[in-house]
Amino acid sequence: MGFKGFLRSIVAFRESVLILLLLLFGIAMSFVSPYFMTWPNIEAILLGLSVEGTIAVGMVILLVAGNLDLSVGSTLALTGVVTGLALTAGVPVWISIICGLLAALGVGLINGILVAKLKINSFITTLGMQITARGILLVIAGGRAVINLPKEFCFIGQGRLFDVQIPIYVMIFLVVLGDFLMRQSRFFRQNYYLGGNERAARMSGINVNSLQIFDFCLVALLAGISGLLLTARFGSSSVTVGGGMELRVITACIIGGASLSGGEGSVLGAFLGALLLGVLANSLNLMGVDVYWQSLVTGLILIIAVVFDVLTERRRAVRK
Amino acid sequence: MDDSTILKVENLTKTFPGVRALNKVDFELKKGEIHALIGENGAGKSTLMHIIGGVLKPDSGKIMLEGKPVSFSSVHDAIKAGISMVFQELSLVSSLSVGENIFANRQPVGAMDRIQWGKLYRLTKEFLQRFKLDLNPKTLVKNLSMGQQQTLEILKALSSNPKIILLDEPTSSLTEEEIAHLFENIRALQKQGMSFMYITHKLSEVFQIADRVTVLRDGNYIGTRPVNEVSENNLISMMVGREIKSMYGTSKEMVDSEEYFRVEDFARKGRFRNISLSLRKGEILGIAGLVGAGRTEFARAIFGLDSKDSGRIYLDGRLLNIRRPKDAIREGIAYITEDRKNLGLFLTLTLRENCIAPILEKFSSRIGLLKGALVDQHVENQTREFSIVAPSMYQKVINLSGGNQQKVLLAMWIGIRPKVVIFDEPTRGVDVGARADIYAKLRELSSKGTGIIIISSDLPELLGMCDRILVMHQGEITGEVGRADFSEEIIMAYATGLANSIANNNHTA
Repeated sequence: MGFKGFLRSIVAFRESVLILLLLLFGIAMSFVSPYFMTWPNIEAILLGLSVEGTIAVGMVILLVAGNLDLSVGSTLALTGVVTGLALTAGVPVWISIICGLLAALGVGLINGILVAKLKINSFITTLGMQITARGILLVIAGGRAVINLPKEFCFIGQGRLFDVQIPIYVMIFLVVLGDFLMRQSRFFRQNYYLGGNERAARMSGINVNSLQIFDFCLVALLAGISGLLLTARFGSSSVTVGGGMELRVITACIIGGASLSGGEGSVLGAFLGALLLGVLANSLNLMGVDVYWQSLVTGLILIIAVVFDVLTERRRAVRK
Repeated sequence: MDDSTILKVENLTKTFPGVRALNKVDFELKKGEIHALIGENGAGKSTLMHIIGGVLKPDSGKIMLEGKPVSFSSVHDAIKAGISMVFQELSLVSSLSVGENIFANRQPVGAMDRIQWGKLYRLTKEFLQRFKLDLNPKTLVKNLSMGQQQTLEILKALSSNPKIILLDEPTSSLTEEEIAHLFENIRALQKQGMSFMYITHKLSEVFQIADRVTVLRDGNYIGTRPVNEVSENNLISMMVGREIKSMYGTSKEMVDSEEYFRVEDFARKGRFRNISLSLRKGEILGIAGLVGAGRTEFARAIFGLDSKDSGRIYLDGRLLNIRRPKDAIREGIAYITEDRKNLGLFLTLTLRENCIAPILEKFSSRIGLLKGALVDQHVENQTREFSIVAPSMYQKVINLSGGNQQKVLLAMWIGIRPKVVIFDEPTRGVDVGARADIYAKLRELSSKGTGIIIISSDLPELLGMCDRILVMHQGEITGEVGRADFSEEIIMAYATGLANSIANNNHTA
């Protein structure tokens, strides 16, 4: 087995491929554009993917368990609006933040209960919630952005620590923590059993309902955190932010090795998937390509990733 | 063997909407015995086992484990009490490793709930070695063969150190060798005091492994006998409630019947080569062979489902051009798959819709609308003719028993009024009563002139039904045996490649 086996035991095949791709891409791009390998550019990439990268941590855990959440974009905006309204009403910063996060948690709880207890398909449930949550935030915000948020609050989105913007730290911290937990924690690994074979998971004594509710609350909370960071960065709560984001997050997770049927995927993979998409978008910008091409490229990468999956599965099945 | 009883079930009743699955059933398992549970589909065997295993709760009745009454609210409860069940459908997670599956949710953990991987894999290796299973504990389950997966399933049940193990048809996907290993392991565990409850359709297994056998019929307890005091016929009549004198019927003597169907020089690289056969009108031809011999691939190539590199088909002297199933159906050739659940039936559709699937044009008006009355009549006829037991023709096929599902599959294809039918494993997973019905139907078809080819791994079935048997081994025909020379030994010799009369005599069948 040797070196290759050692490497493989640390990082799964899919993740190795992505790291390799990113390295090759990075090297290629550094020749194409002199700006690529500069810190401001890399920071821009990381900042740009901080929202989706953070949410992807929770989304991949949900996907591994066999569910998905289409409402994260709306939850993100909802948290921003709730916190924004609280702040402009004079509520202290920390309490406003907690209010926003509680709203996110509420969304996650409702999603979790509907899917776990009422056994409604997670696609339909969260699709409904996506629309409902968006509606709620539009109503309470009166259809307009909440502006002029206090500086103490905006610091968490605009501030820097050692010259790196805070949202980047949050994302990296959550990715590292999430990946560690999904590999090493008995509790978090229950998601693999649940997604791989729900009946077997129950038989092993896993409390499937509680786990699902936990997963939905987690991803909603992460959406809430991202919402706060985003709102703080721009200094105002947008009512339109987050639309269509959930599909990009799911795309990143799938490129990273997750499967819609559950039981597969990793946090590291999801992050690498998001990073790949972010680097690609950045590269296209640096090369002066029209923004419209980005969707096309993202879509192509997703299809290639899935076809690659299917072909390797098929080759393995034939060998049996 | 200790004589005390470890598990006792009294007056167990379980009713599902519309059907009484168990009716005041008694059952007793002695410590250290291997107790077989048999019965037709719908007899209640799985229900009984599911209740003992904690999957279902009985409506009434008592369960006593080691003299104490117990009641399980989940499978997990039953496992904790020492009763471990091995299901027919696998309960493994294919994307995880062998070790992670055996220690599902019981992984050794250190501080902060962190998994101790080194310890987990070491314990797994020790455990595997105890049962002489040569596997790398880090292998992902999806990379194991079906047989290995099923063996792993059983090991998983053993890992919780149970007192009683419940096995529900554990050998359905195992090779001969794997079955032998399984029986060795079961006997070894029995010596250590473990008790087994074993559901199977294969009566031969009952005589190989069990100490006592209990028969259920229609949810009722019929009787329990020591295995060395019953014969297979006794068991069959207990299961079915009537004498089945000759399961396979008798063939009519073929007097100068002309050749009806001929296949020449079928070959496909890597699958089969030099396959030729001829079938006379009213003849039943069998094709025997081990798994992987190429029989199914060959049949599918005839039917136009898979491609072939060369080969010609003649029906009644006329050369046929079959490139896809549509052509085969038009020419009156039917192929009935061995995998009825995935490749044959439309499980989520009704009995009615399944029956007419290959012949929709026959029931369509000129503008393509289905004529309901014609369909109803056809389906009623088929249901009667094939003795299909279902509450109504609108019943979803997934809710029917295995035997009835197989009958629906037959009705579906016989409905095209075929001239030649190729049956691939006609009675796999089918209970005794339905089997007899299916064999009777085959006899009837052949007596009316339909050419019948049976591909089967069930030697007694082939020996009982066929006039001639071809044997394939690794893609070639190695022998042809006529009724006068029928014996299991000869066929197995050809099937394993130990004998090859075709290569030796240098002629094709």
